[in-house]
Amino acid sequence: MSISQLPIIIPFVFLVWALLIPLVGFWKSRLSQPLALIGSGLSAGFSIYGFISQIGMDPIRYRFGGWEPPIGIEFVYDGLSSFIVMVINVVAFFVLMHSKHVSQAELKGKEMPFFALAMLMMLGLNGIVLTGDLFNLFVFLEISSLSAYALLSIGRPAAPFAAFRYLIIGTVGGSFYLLGVGFLYTVTGTLNIIDMKAMLPQFAMQPAVVTGLILITVGMGIKAALYPMHGWLPDVYTNANSTASALVAPIGTKVAAYVLIRVLLMMFGIDLMDAVVPLSTIIGVLASAGIIYGSILVIRQTDLKRMLAYSSVSQIGYILLGMSLANPIGFVGAVLHVLNHAVMKGCLFLVSGNIEFREGHTDVTRFDKSYSKKYPWTMMSFTIAAISMIGLPPLAGFFSKWYLAMGTVQNGDWLFLAVILVSSLLNAVYFFRIIENVYLTKSDASTEYNEVPASMLIPTIVLAIALLVIGLANAWIVSTILPMYG
Amino acid sequence: MGEFLIGHYSYWLTIALICVGLYGILFKRNLVKKAIGLSILQSAIILFWVSIATKWDATVPVRDPGIPTADVANYLNPLPHTLMLTAIVVGVATLGVGFALLIAIWNRYKTLDETEILNKIQ
Repeated sequence: MSISQLPIIIPFVFLVWALLIPLVGFWKSRLSQPLALIGSGLSAGFSIYGFISQIGMDPIRYRFGGWEPPIGIEFVYDGLSSFIVMVINVVAFFVLMHSKHVSQAELKGKEMPFFALAMLMMLGLNGIVLTGDLFNLFVFLEISSLSAYALLSIGRPAAPFAAFRYLIIGTVGGSFYLLGVGFLYTVTGTLNIIDMKAMLPQFAMQPAVVTGLILITVGMGIKAALYPMHGWLPDVYTNANSTASALVAPIGTKVAAYVLIRVLLMMFGIDLMDAVVPLSTIIGVLASAGIIYGSILVIRQTDLKRMLAYSSVSQIGYILLGMSLANPIGFVGAVLHVLNHAVMKGCLFLVSGNIEFREGHTDVTRFDKSYSKKYPWTMMSFTIAAISMIGLPPLAGFFSKWYLAMGTVQNGDWLFLAVILVSSLLNAVYFFRIIENVYLTKSDASTEYNEVPASMLIPTIVLAIALLVIGLANAWIVSTILPMYG
Repeated sequence: MGEFLIGHYSYWLTIALICVGLYGILFKRNLVKKAIGLSILQSAIILFWVSIATKWDATVPVRDPGIPTADVANYLNPLPHTLMLTAIVVGVATLGVGFALLIAIWNRYKTLDETEILNKIQ
């Protein structure tokens, strides 16, 4: 197998598996989950191999049907896209591994369509990251969103209503994106990202380009849950079943943030972005508002899943804040935070899935010392992920916040630096409250060891240990991320 | 001024349709009406893409031996039309998923009014 074929093989595995699972699932429904695990494992393996072979190499431009870009559609497999593809596929692999018992408990009789849709969603997300064509990106965006609406509509009683609201808001976002691409197309006559990048400087001051830029930012901002367009997110993540929220929360909004990095920072570039409207400042301010707003609302919640959902609003703020700084260090912080947050949030949602599986609730006020006796490994993973969320060294979360803080210092944006520090304190408040409940609050409940099955425990622990490994290997990771800028 | 208004009539129509769609999504309390608003918004954007393909004095993009293909000004731009075929399919799929969710909501709450559903959830 030649590496030049990798960009197509990774999403193609998901496409084949999205068709294979219904075929096998009609015959034996319980085979769906192992099959999905094999499919995502294959893709994760290919994307790790691809990322490692890609370091220091030229980008691979895969042409569909041999048509030369800009006429044909191409997949661009460069440092950044291979990195993001690896992150989302590996996290998805562990979430699907975790889903074995959860899917039997929460999705009885719906396994086959659920896992087929999960494969389709992963196809869409991989496609968004890899594609080098703006309209193709829209198609993949809608593939992944439509699958996500369906996945997230199974769960607690209010789940379909939350998913319907997400469908309305998300489709408006997609439509705005499409309208924005239309504006850019009228001016440049191309849809290829690399081609458009070359053409944009001569049209930068035209109203149509500025309108298109703003429409794309708003559209992808809705998909990424950028404050104040985050309204759909908390209800959706809280009500959905554990597998779907663990699958969508760590990677869904990240991919939209990646599109913003790709289109705003890479295609337009900071100069064109700010030529007429100070867009980077606006995104920075909105992201900071989202960081503070999300952190404050987390403190008011009592449901673990709802806390994690609000914390997602604040964490996506970090990524977009790093992007809006538009300097190499802020960019490193943003990309590193995509990785860290995917692992942290994946781990925390798996923990909430473990608790819900055994206890049937995720209400943190009912957590007490018996939980750390009953679920010692789950709670240890929770503690590691929580400390990483707060940002204490040597865990992964510290380093992305460090680079973000350095980025704000480099730009002299002291307000943004204050936002990062204050939000870390707020994170400490809400996570230490749970840790205190779990390890210190006295309880009369049974303390018999009652840990979840190995198929659920292993992914949780692996993601927690990964946080430590990412933290320790941080110097090497940064040295591979840095060349991706510009 | 008059020429500006008449010359861009398809864009005025698109803007009006986008406003109607957004109005339906934002202000209607009935979930089916929200879905209809969404469909109107998507159709408006599809119309926008189709209308940017037009050129003065050009014909449909089917090769005619009498009209030289060397000069692209003789033919409409076919690319937006083909792209919009995909966008139409996306719109249909969105409505399909949306209506499936509406059936699930109806079975659970026996109403499609947003305010009533929110009251029943709490």
